[in-house]
Amino acid sequence: MAFDYDQYLRPGKLPHIWCPGCAHGIVMKSIIRAIDREELEKDNTVIVSGIGCASRMPGYVDFNTLHTTHGRALGFATGVKMAKPSLNVIVVAGDGDALAIGGNHFIHACRRNIDITLIVFNNNIYGMTGGQFSPTTPHGKLASTTPYGNPDYAFDVVELSMGAGASYVARGTAYHAVPLTRLIANGIAHRGFSVIDALCTCPVTYGRRNKLGSGTDMLLWFKGNTVGKKIADKQPEKAEGKIVTGVFKQDEKPEYCDEYAKIIEKVGSQA
Amino acid sequence: MSEKVVFYQGNEACAEGALYAGCKFFAGYPITPSTEVAEFLARRLPKEGGAFIQMEDEIAAMAAVIGASLTGAKSLTATSGPGMSLKLENLGFACITEVPCVILNVMRGGPSTGLPTGPSQADVMQARWGTHGDHPAIALVPGSVQETFTETVRAFNLAERLRTPVILLTDEIIGHMREKFTIPAKGEIEIWDRPRPTVPPEEYKPYDTSEGIIPPMADFGSGYRWHVTGLNHDETGFPTNIPSLVEPEERRLMAKVTENLDIIEKYEYIEKKGSKVAIVAFGSSARSTRSAIAKAAEGGINVDFLRLVTLWPFPSHVVNEMADKVDVIIVPEMNLGQMIEEVERSVKGKAEVTGVNRADGEPITPDQILEKIREVS
Repeated sequence: MAFDYDQYLRPGKLPHIWCPGCAHGIVMKSIIRAIDREELEKDNTVIVSGIGCASRMPGYVDFNTLHTTHGRALGFATGVKMAKPSLNVIVVAGDGDALAIGGNHFIHACRRNIDITLIVFNNNIYGMTGGQFSPTTPHGKLASTTPYGNPDYAFDVVELSMGAGASYVARGTAYHAVPLTRLIANGIAHRGFSVIDALCTCPVTYGRRNKLGSGTDMLLWFKGNTVGKKIADKQPEKAEGKIVTGVFKQDEKPEYCDEYAKIIEKVGSQA
Repeated sequence: MSEKVVFYQGNEACAEGALYAGCKFFAGYPITPSTEVAEFLARRLPKEGGAFIQMEDEIAAMAAVIGASLTGAKSLTATSGPGMSLKLENLGFACITEVPCVILNVMRGGPSTGLPTGPSQADVMQARWGTHGDHPAIALVPGSVQETFTETVRAFNLAERLRTPVILLTDEIIGHMREKFTIPAKGEIEIWDRPRPTVPPEEYKPYDTSEGIIPPMADFGSGYRWHVTGLNHDETGFPTNIPSLVEPEERRLMAKVTENLDIIEKYEYIEKKGSKVAIVAFGSSARSTRSAIAKAAEGGINVDFLRLVTLWPFPSHVVNEMADKVDVIIVPEMNLGQMIEEVERSVKGKAEVTGVNRADGEPITPDQILEKIREVS
């Protein structure tokens, strides 16, 4: 039986604002299926975002939803989670939102290991404002603010997350929507801070400028240019020049709210 | 809990007042001269079933406070000038989404890093207009340790009743001085909670004003799933840019303050017989003023005194009435002239307005004010 998305979508809120060929809808559907797989209660789930194309996603889905300021979603989400740890908290963010203006919040959420799942809709560009380079725009690529090629170097979301202390780190693509669902579901199930780098496409403001073809061409590029982590580990030669996808880290590590609950238990009786 | 007499700093009184008001969440970032609030609540909140978190920066602290409040937890953050500048973005978010929260700004010298350990009152206009766009503003300006406690409780009550952020504006002197004061017994001061919805979840519209201009607010996780956005929104909470929907909402945000002056405005007006001079002051400058007025009276000069406890909204009507009686209004403030502009605006030319200003990190002394009183009398 086909999956019933309607049970999780708010009536009357579609069509979405995303451009034709944008992969954000695919990632949104993966998130919905992951939430369904983990059987999260709608009433008990909060989806938080900042500003940008990806950050419009919470408006479409039927949960407690919080569309905040640029880059600050993780700060808001941390307050939600700390004040009511029983809530499931999911944050969605674009690459610019999560890693540039929100970069400080990103690394500290990783370090704190608070039980929040972050999905980065990583399309290598600021789409909503019309195609300026982001922290994940590859070196040399064209953007409206790098008309002669990007002199910056990109962040690797996976390495950054692992280095900053996130306890679950994975990467998937919008082409591999089914595996992406599993990676997100595992992140939700994981107790601690989870980062899923969801590679997606912006044919309108990034692909066109860099002659990457249509939205479909860009998705198909993922098919030919990614290799699973397990294969990459066993046969590194197969991963040469390709993007590795899969689970990079899944550590049992004390979760922040659990640690704070221990403090409350220890000192609470002294009130 | 019965009443208790303590010897506290203003900052500690703020923290104690927050707990009395039912504060369950604090997020902050270390900054002089407000850090004692964070330290106090780091110790106390976990003992009282609340949560304390030190965030990675001031911006995140303000964000966390709003997030926590959305779950129903009364929330506080504390900071000083440079930190306040950083919080303003999310303060605007709390205004437009109507999320109750309290922000303490213990004023220090500025601009920029300025004088971290010196007092100032130079954030008067920032408290009113700091965040961008039209927005409502409430700023309370306690003048003693006891009053820091009671005004903190009032700040929480106003934030909850009106669903809006409330700024507590103290200064380094009020924050750091110690005074004996009484923590009232539980129940002695009335505590308010935000209005919560009574309709079934399927009928809930988060900005429905059919019952009044303060719409009921549902806690995240309570079964009312709603959308919160910093975009202009309609009564359902979803974004809109329809002009006929946007402006009424903008006006309603302001009306929450202007239509509730009876519970927001607070001042102390000490009128003397036959006085031709009046002083408008708040915070630590009001303490010096009180002393200067007593000295002036010894010398036979009567001076009226309007001490503000609520700075924003500014009590223009009170100042305007004062101007009918006196010839000169003196405005002592630890800045180069901010509140004086509001006073001038309020008197509409009916009285002369003159300032006593200081911006060197030292308090305005009673003698400075006395000198001005003599000069204009």
